[in-house]
Amino acid sequence: MTSLPVSSLALSAAMAVAAGLIGSFALMRRMTLAADALSHVAVPGIGVAILLRVHPLAGAVVALVTGAVLIWALESRTRLATETIIGVVFSAALAVGALLTTGEELMDALFGTPSTLSQVELIAGFVGAGAVILFVLLARDRLIMMFLSSDIARTVGINVRRLSLLYLLAFAVTIALGLRYLGALLMGSLMIIPPATARRLARNLTSMLAISVAVALIATIVGGWVAARFDRESGPMIVSVAAVCFFLSLASRRTSGA
Amino acid sequence: MPVKPANAVEVDHLSVRLGDVEILRDLSFSVPLASSLAVIGPNGSGKTVLFRALIGAIPHTGSVRWAPGTRIGYVPQKLDLDRDLPVTGRDLLLARMRLASAPPGVIERALTRVGLAPDILNKLVGTLSGGQFQRLLVAFALLADPTVLLLDEPTAGVDEPGQERMNDTVRRLQTEGVTVLLISHDLSVVFRFATNVLCLSREHTCFGIPRQVLTPEILAEVYGEPVGLIVHDQSPG
Repeated sequence: MTSLPVSSLALSAAMAVAAGLIGSFALMRRMTLAADALSHVAVPGIGVAILLRVHPLAGAVVALVTGAVLIWALESRTRLATETIIGVVFSAALAVGALLTTGEELMDALFGTPSTLSQVELIAGFVGAGAVILFVLLARDRLIMMFLSSDIARTVGINVRRLSLLYLLAFAVTIALGLRYLGALLMGSLMIIPPATARRLARNLTSMLAISVAVALIATIVGGWVAARFDRESGPMIVSVAAVCFFLSLASRRTSGA
Repeated sequence: MPVKPANAVEVDHLSVRLGDVEILRDLSFSVPLASSLAVIGPNGSGKTVLFRALIGAIPHTGSVRWAPGTRIGYVPQKLDLDRDLPVTGRDLLLARMRLASAPPGVIERALTRVGLAPDILNKLVGTLSGGQFQRLLVAFALLADPTVLLLDEPTAGVDEPGQERMNDTVRRLQTEGVTVLLISHDLSVVFRFATNVLCLSREHTCFGIPRQVLTPEILAEVYGEPVGLIVHDQSPG
């Protein structure tokens, strides 16, 4: 059995909090499938980084941020739905990434390698997670307005284009945070399943955010521990625990007819 | 002493083009302060596009000049939000109240103005009737103390008692000095409540006092077919 150091566990917990919060707003924006597809764009970034002999996560971050800006630009310049744009562009990205990356590197990129993190990775991770959590907490009301109606948001004086870009960047950073633990193939799941579970159980928006964060934390901590205990990949185990939470929530009394 | 403007909004030569299609062409009209303007026209005539141009949500040519100090409350026909989410009336109103930096008690006052009981705050928006939800959205718009309300078909999909309550709410707000711009398919509401009417269609636009401009001939041109019309003996208040 192997175990992760406390600092790595703490970072995984911070990543889970960020995923639970950002994912809840993705559910509001009806872009949960986008979370899954956008995570794939990290793969070509990792492939290019390996070719250039730079840190794979740096390549992933550059690719994800580029992907987020691309979505933002296409959304405002075309009349295609976000889901369509992301589905086309980022499925292609996964194909290109698979061509650039080979063998074990590809498996690591797809499913994650939660090995000991370097000092730089830890600091960058905590700064990224802190920035995402702070953004959601500070911009919560403006995000609600924008996802309620972008036209209402404009009359309230919100710069919808800028807020939309900031949200997508926070979304991309959250995916990057989870690549070590879940990999590009499964990170999107940690931003979909906890909010979907919370939607079943919550009675208001605040409790939805809290339950989403709690489920993401439980899945990450319990899944990570079980994976280490039985020497399995952490990503599939974390997603399995989250899926168990979701199926248990189906047995609960429905609160909104959702 | 500055002269108080007579009009809440003045629109000159407004045109909107979406892609290759010209939706609105060379519209000019003005809305006096504390009056009500009803916008009518068949589906696809550009009524919602007009509202979106007025709030600056879509590019347009021509000018839209709001009176200085105008605060706009906008109630769209459709929301982007999935109504099945666990979102309560309180969630929506609190978020708007915090953004407006509105004082405590403003939520209760807004609910009273639209005739909703405070227990609406604890209900999920997905469980509200169409009429309750529309009045909640009007209360939401009132939190920032708007001088102008833009209502995009507030009674669409609402049962008759709900429509009456919404109409009473709109009329009361107008008597309180709020300028109301209203998209409506209900011509009886236009005759009863509107100070002026703007009719939009592909071929014909008209603007003026409902009883003067909404003749059977004009309505037939606007809607492309004869429109049955019963005018009750009531005037706008």
